[in-house]
Amino acid sequence: MSYLTVIGLEVHNELKTNTKIFCSCKNEFSLEPNTNCCPTCLAMPGTLPLLNKQAVEYAIKAGLALNCDINTVTQWDRKNYYYPDLPKAYQLSQLYHPLCLGGYLEINTENGIKKIRINHIHLEEDAGKLVHSEFSGSLVDYNRGGVPLIEIVTEPDLSSAEETLTFLENLKALLKYIGVSDVKMEQGSLRCDVNISLHKAGEPLGTRIEMKNLASFKAVQRAINYEVKRQTEVLESGGKLVQETRRWDDAEGRSYTMRTKENAQDYRYFPDPDLVPVNVSREFVQQVKETLPMLPKARAQKYVEEFKLPQYDAEILTSDRILADFFDECVLTFDNPKMISNWIMTEVMRKLKEQNSEDIVLPLKADNFAKMLKLYADNVINQNAAKTMFEYMWDKDSNADPKTLIEKLNLGQISDEGELQKILTEIIKNNPAAADDLRNGNKKATAFFVGQAMKATKGKANPKTVNELLEKLL
Amino acid sequence: MQKKTLVEIIELLNKKQVSSEEVVSGCLKQIEKNTHLNALNYVNSKDALNSAKKIDERRQKGEKLGLLAGVPIVLKDNICVQGIPTTCSSKMLQNFVPQYTATVVTKLLAEDAIIIGKANMDEFAMGSSNETSFTGKVLNPIDNEYVPGGSSGGSAASIAANFAYAALGSDTGGSIRQPAAFCGVVGVKPTYGAVSRYGVVAFASSLDQVGPITKTAQDAALIFKIISGKDELDITSCGNSNLKLNQDFSFKGKKIGIPKEFFDQITDNDVKNTMNQELKKLENQGAEIIELSMKTLEYAMPTYNVLASAEAASNLSRFDGIKYGYRSDNFDDLLSIYFKSRSEGFGYEVKRRILLGNYMLTSACFEKYYIKAQKVQTLIKNTFLQAFEKCDLIVTPTSATPAFKFGEKQNDKVAMALSDVFTVPVNIAGNAAISIPAGLSSKGLPIGLQIIAPHFGEQMMFDAAQAYERLSK
Repeated sequence: MSYLTVIGLEVHNELKTNTKIFCSCKNEFSLEPNTNCCPTCLAMPGTLPLLNKQAVEYAIKAGLALNCDINTVTQWDRKNYYYPDLPKAYQLSQLYHPLCLGGYLEINTENGIKKIRINHIHLEEDAGKLVHSEFSGSLVDYNRGGVPLIEIVTEPDLSSAEETLTFLENLKALLKYIGVSDVKMEQGSLRCDVNISLHKAGEPLGTRIEMKNLASFKAVQRAINYEVKRQTEVLESGGKLVQETRRWDDAEGRSYTMRTKENAQDYRYFPDPDLVPVNVSREFVQQVKETLPMLPKARAQKYVEEFKLPQYDAEILTSDRILADFFDECVLTFDNPKMISNWIMTEVMRKLKEQNSEDIVLPLKADNFAKMLKLYADNVINQNAAKTMFEYMWDKDSNADPKTLIEKLNLGQISDEGELQKILTEIIKNNPAAADDLRNGNKKATAFFVGQAMKATKGKANPKTVNELLEKLL
Repeated sequence: MQKKTLVEIIELLNKKQVSSEEVVSGCLKQIEKNTHLNALNYVNSKDALNSAKKIDERRQKGEKLGLLAGVPIVLKDNICVQGIPTTCSSKMLQNFVPQYTATVVTKLLAEDAIIIGKANMDEFAMGSSNETSFTGKVLNPIDNEYVPGGSSGGSAASIAANFAYAALGSDTGGSIRQPAAFCGVVGVKPTYGAVSRYGVVAFASSLDQVGPITKTAQDAALIFKIISGKDELDITSCGNSNLKLNQDFSFKGKKIGIPKEFFDQITDNDVKNTMNQELKKLENQGAEIIELSMKTLEYAMPTYNVLASAEAASNLSRFDGIKYGYRSDNFDDLLSIYFKSRSEGFGYEVKRRILLGNYMLTSACFEKYYIKAQKVQTLIKNTFLQAFEKCDLIVTPTSATPAFKFGEKQNDKVAMALSDVFTVPVNIAGNAAISIPAGLSSKGLPIGLQIIAPHFGEQMMFDAAQAYERLSK
């Protein structure tokens, strides 16, 4: 009988507030070490923390988007440990009264929709960074110290690497969508620890192993698969697992013991006396609720019902807020959601894929894009011209008005009978056999002549006019 | 001139009967004459004289000046001033110069006060006799054989020795009031939250308060009015600075509470007699003396030991030899930087409390000690709340004994702690209290009387203290 995998996550996200959580230093990524810190975030003696309201607001926002209850009182606790990147030698966190409780996130799995429960979300401060150099030893950069973090702790509801990945992708999209975090794993604004255990169906949960140092989604996936294999081997060979924290080495593709339960640190948590407990009024929670955008799920549902889009398309469009907002804006200019959606799903997605970046950057004005589609729908330009115009607007000039572009890029359809007649007469002259076929009612020959007319006009001939003229001429 | 009170010297300055330069020079001379007291860690002579000259010029021009214009003031050496060393009398911070100024100092400077020096203290404010200082003990100016009290021993000695007209101290378990009592001056522990803690090196954050040490209650009220009030930089601060100075006050009909259990603990006859005599004075003024039973107060000391040590252990963790402060020269890895810098940088008493505090916070002890101490703290607060339903103010001696001799209690922690037994409960409950000179012992050592007021009851506390002062004259 095979083992069941049980996985729970602790996901850390840096919040993109304007300033740090306990001082007024800017919350931004600075390259020059130790240029973005002050006496407070350097823990100079006598300095005191001041709570950033926006950090509380963003954490509540995340809590609401993940269906959590928001605590009425939240309090700060000190997590005491020594490390050079932690200037106070304690991290301000929330052990006893986290800001958000309960909650869940639904993900699509092979077996349908699965609810992954959230145990709680708490706020805390980030630490600085150690820089190791072979010339000057280890140095500390405190720029990141004091950046607000939320830690999202799930229940052990995940059962495979794939599910974990889906959950993380969904979570990442959601946090980005509501605008509280940049969720960039490689820059460290999203970090994840994995708790994993194996057990047989009907038996109690197995020994829990915590995995740290997972720097990418790929690393999460590899580490889980490695750990499942490792634990299975230990159990099958009759061995026993010990509760421990393991460090993943992505280069080597294996994990190492960091510390076992016996020598786990005692963080000597206690309530911080400098920050008074915060009353979180229901009015404030309501205000935050009102700033939440319509969440992806509801928005996709709206697209399906209101615009009759296929479920799949609606989900893609709403997977990123920039994309969904772009779509909505287009619909305002040109009331043809189906056509707009098709173009986004094909052309826009193709260009985005070429960008190969984690963040969607849309160098297009929704208004101009929609106007271009309208010109196409109204037969003012043909499909080729529309695509040419799209490329031009994307690559060169997003401000260009599609109407002026027709002339500038020479994309207007030729509907002038005199001009087209001249061209057609020439084609008929050069292809007498095909002309005979057409006269004998061979429909295939029509396509040939339209094709030739397009070729001669570089695609600008109005196919409708060409058809009418052919009938007249022959 | 050196013996003038703060209010008196301000008057002389305002009337231009004396210049600030003369006042500052007088104090500097006094400091020089008394270096044996070892009361100051740092003398700001040059800056102080320059500031004094500037203020004199401004006064000559008729410019509007602050309430403390040209008056020299001493700060305890755990209160930060930008550009002036703040050492906390510890080897750990011998070379530390802050880049910021404590809010209390900003407020004094806004009133054109002059910082004349930083006062010696027990290391990181941990001690009751000023014997734990890395820079050496402070002598009691009244009798050099005796301790000045602590931890604000240098601040109290500075006022008793006329180095300045006011000093700031900090009080976590009696560190302002007890040395004030031992040196025969006035010391105030404001209500927790009344004065900003920003820029004051933390000992136990939930108990620390900055307050004045002066020659009279009238002087203390003026300093308190200036330094108190809500500060945007300290979210535990609240209240206002609306104190009314020099109000009429009569003890007639006032109910003065006497905690019976406290008085039973007084074994020193001088203290006992002085208290009885002073209470009689108040009674003669029409005050009604009410005996209170405040049994929970006997748990104040252990509660303090748990809470203050736990907070201190965490607060002092930042002194790790990495960013600033002392770093041992002889280390070979990260752990040895920590171990050696802290072992060499802290003195015995500080290390003792860090060990105790960390022990209290371990997951094995947290519920048993820390959480229990917090519950007892609530009981003690409630005891005071109930007491103040029956009386207006509570009076006790500030300390069970007058000043003791050097070394007398240094090795007996329990005896040492007894000198704080009347002051500690006030910090645990967060109330305001003042220590005023009440008389002398048979050996000529000062005895202090403590008036405890309800939370934010500073108005009545100062009014009563000044009325009491007038009685003694």
